[in-house]
Amino acid sequence: MLEIRGLEVAYGRVKAVKGIDLSVGKGQIVTLLGINGAGKSTTLRCISGLIPPVAGTIEFEGESIAGLPAHKIVRLGIAQSPEGRRLFKDMSVEDNLMLGAFSRKDTAEIRRDLDRVYGMFDVLAKRRAEPAGLFSGGEQQMLAIGRAMMSNPKLLMLDEPSMGLSPIMTQLIMKTIKDLQSEGVTILLVEQNAQAALSLADRGYVLEVGQIALSDTGKALLGDDRVRKAYLGAE
Amino acid sequence: MNENLLRPVAIAGAGLGIASIFLPWAYGPRILDDMTYYFGPSFLQVCYALLAVVALACLVAHFFLDRMSWFARVIAWNDAAKAASLGAVGYAIAVIIAIAVGGGGLINVEPGGWLALGGGALAAVSWFLPASKAPIFERLRCPKWVQILAIAAVMAVLLFAAAFALNQSEADGFLVFAVFLGAAIFTFHATGFFGWLSLAAANNRKVLVISAFTVAFAFPFTQNGSDANMSVAAQVLTFAATAIGLNIVVGLVGLLDLGYIAFLGAGAFTAAVMSKSVFATLSVDLPFPVVALISGTVAALFGLLIGTPTLRVSGDYLAIVTLAFGEIFRITMINLDGTDGPNITHGSNGVPSIPNLDFFGFDFGQSHEIFGIQIGRFSNYYWLLLLVIGLIILVFANLNHSRIGRGWVAIREDEMAAESMGVNTFGLKLLAFAGGAFLAGVAGSVKAYTDTSVSPDQYVFLESAFLLAAVVLGGMGTIMGVLIGATLLKLLPEKLRYFEDYRLLLFGALMVVMMRFRPEGIIADERRQLEFHDTDEELAEEVEEDLTTHHAHLNADKELP
Repeated sequence: MLEIRGLEVAYGRVKAVKGIDLSVGKGQIVTLLGINGAGKSTTLRCISGLIPPVAGTIEFEGESIAGLPAHKIVRLGIAQSPEGRRLFKDMSVEDNLMLGAFSRKDTAEIRRDLDRVYGMFDVLAKRRAEPAGLFSGGEQQMLAIGRAMMSNPKLLMLDEPSMGLSPIMTQLIMKTIKDLQSEGVTILLVEQNAQAALSLADRGYVLEVGQIALSDTGKALLGDDRVRKAYLGAE
Repeated sequence: MNENLLRPVAIAGAGLGIASIFLPWAYGPRILDDMTYYFGPSFLQVCYALLAVVALACLVAHFFLDRMSWFARVIAWNDAAKAASLGAVGYAIAVIIAIAVGGGGLINVEPGGWLALGGGALAAVSWFLPASKAPIFERLRCPKWVQILAIAAVMAVLLFAAAFALNQSEADGFLVFAVFLGAAIFTFHATGFFGWLSLAAANNRKVLVISAFTVAFAFPFTQNGSDANMSVAAQVLTFAATAIGLNIVVGLVGLLDLGYIAFLGAGAFTAAVMSKSVFATLSVDLPFPVVALISGTVAALFGLLIGTPTLRVSGDYLAIVTLAFGEIFRITMINLDGTDGPNITHGSNGVPSIPNLDFFGFDFGQSHEIFGIQIGRFSNYYWLLLLVIGLIILVFANLNHSRIGRGWVAIREDEMAAESMGVNTFGLKLLAFAGGAFLAGVAGSVKAYTDTSVSPDQYVFLESAFLLAAVVLGGMGTIMGVLIGATLLKLLPEKLRYFEDYRLLLFGALMVVMMRFRPEGIIADERRQLEFHDTDEELAEEVEEDLTTHHAHLNADKELP
């Protein structure tokens, strides 16, 4: 579904991503692991069109999307829930969700998807008129995922959804991600919480200073010594 | 202090205050509105009495609270008494100052005036009474007709107050009346009435809009042919229309435009050079609506021209570029005079003697008599401007609650997040910028005909600054707020010519006070209020509570048959 070849991204003269290959198959959960500054978020932001690539190709469903503006990429079916959630804190839950559907004009289906998100997250349905900033971290993460889902994407990219959440809340979010997969959504998950991410993932990539250091199935990576030492705290 | 002692003292004070209006306050009939009669209170004295009566009533009500338990909980009696008595003191001080300044010394203040001040001060000991329990006025559920009646009544009072304030030809009378209005608003606010009213208004938005327009429409009938006041009113409307256009750009999208007046100028000049004035260089015979559209389009093209290169970069550049554009526009208009460039605008002379509009034989320059009341030239233009403002408000309101409006607010809140949601940020910003320019251009075309002349020196940076101030002062992102802000900023300088030299000083002081105590403006946008008080937990809870009640009310209304 998503094929990336030799992708390079730079901020000014500083290269943050130095030629990576990555592929996400339809219906999979693929996770991108790595410490801060490894280039995970940069990769996501490049896929969603927020920064243009310096070199390399990005193909989505066989079409090149490298360098397209963000709003066109959303319309093709790629949604991103950005790092740190970036909700519109002073807008209501419903306005946030409607913004997720900004790229669509099919009112009836938007309504249906709105109800679907409310069905998934009860707390959002109950407090739909309240400003997003008044919600707890976990609830805000639900809203961020719900908002990304509102564009009815084929590929959902989540940037560190477990950031700052309690273990219980993290579990809940991971379960939600699994549920989304079973509904047929393909997911590209960027995480620091390697344990949680790898137990879900069909495939995992480990990024180190802008390059892919390892890639394998989720299970294999969970058992890999190097991963265990670097990310899972095993001695 | 002991409440049993305080209350009688305050009551006595309020009583004395009421009695004072039956005594003369001022020596000499020419001071304010002739306060020299025994037992013949003038209007401004009656205003004082109103405050004192409210204070007295609220103080006395305490003794009957047991017998009217329902009523007792609804109004914050003590708070209202405090506000009214403080208002009375402030008002008395304002009157005494006005008498002293007008007559030449405090010697001109008669005993009645001092009694008013003393009575008010005694009543103000109510300040030490315990605070009322949280008023539940705003939770009060009323039948729909009561809400509608209340909205209509408030509008009627507004009409009367505006007419009276405009009729005060002297600065002192106007100022004293303004202090009274302030005190009255303060008192009503303390009772919780405004909270209730804003809920009622939110539930009956159509009624609010219709009654506001009816009142605005009726305004010329209160002026009995006085063109002086109607000319001010027409200026206020032009200013307000432009400010609402700017509100899209600044209030919704958050783009800082420091040269917005140039778009008004672009529209005005377009209409002027196309008019039938002998000085017009591109005179054409087109119906006015077409001219207005062309003026708007020209302004929008200017908007596109500046917006396209600058909207891609961050906000600071836009402010600088628009600031420069405002000046470039003015200087270009001066230079299009036939010597430095082609003769289009007659340089700094501009285009004078623009003939009046003629709609299907209705000459805007003629006076008419309707219901025996003279309707002068400016009233005609006032109504035309009202129509334009109505259209602009319609556009604004529809956009604000649409998909595009949501996109705009999202850009203002977090541009990157908006972009990753699929909002075409550049396109939407450009749309807002050009759209705002279009609205200003249309307003400018009417302005050209209202003023009968257009010249470059009307479009200086100070005007842009005042427009921006009207938006910020009134409340960014709201229509009501911007209307109020525009009215205040245009009306006050007009009425306070006495203080003209200090205008900018007073204005600066006002802005500083506003930014300190109410950064969200007079009327707060629900979303904005949170933005400005992000760390204020109490407010967050309050808003949360408000929203809950608000929705409870909305739902309650829906359940009605």
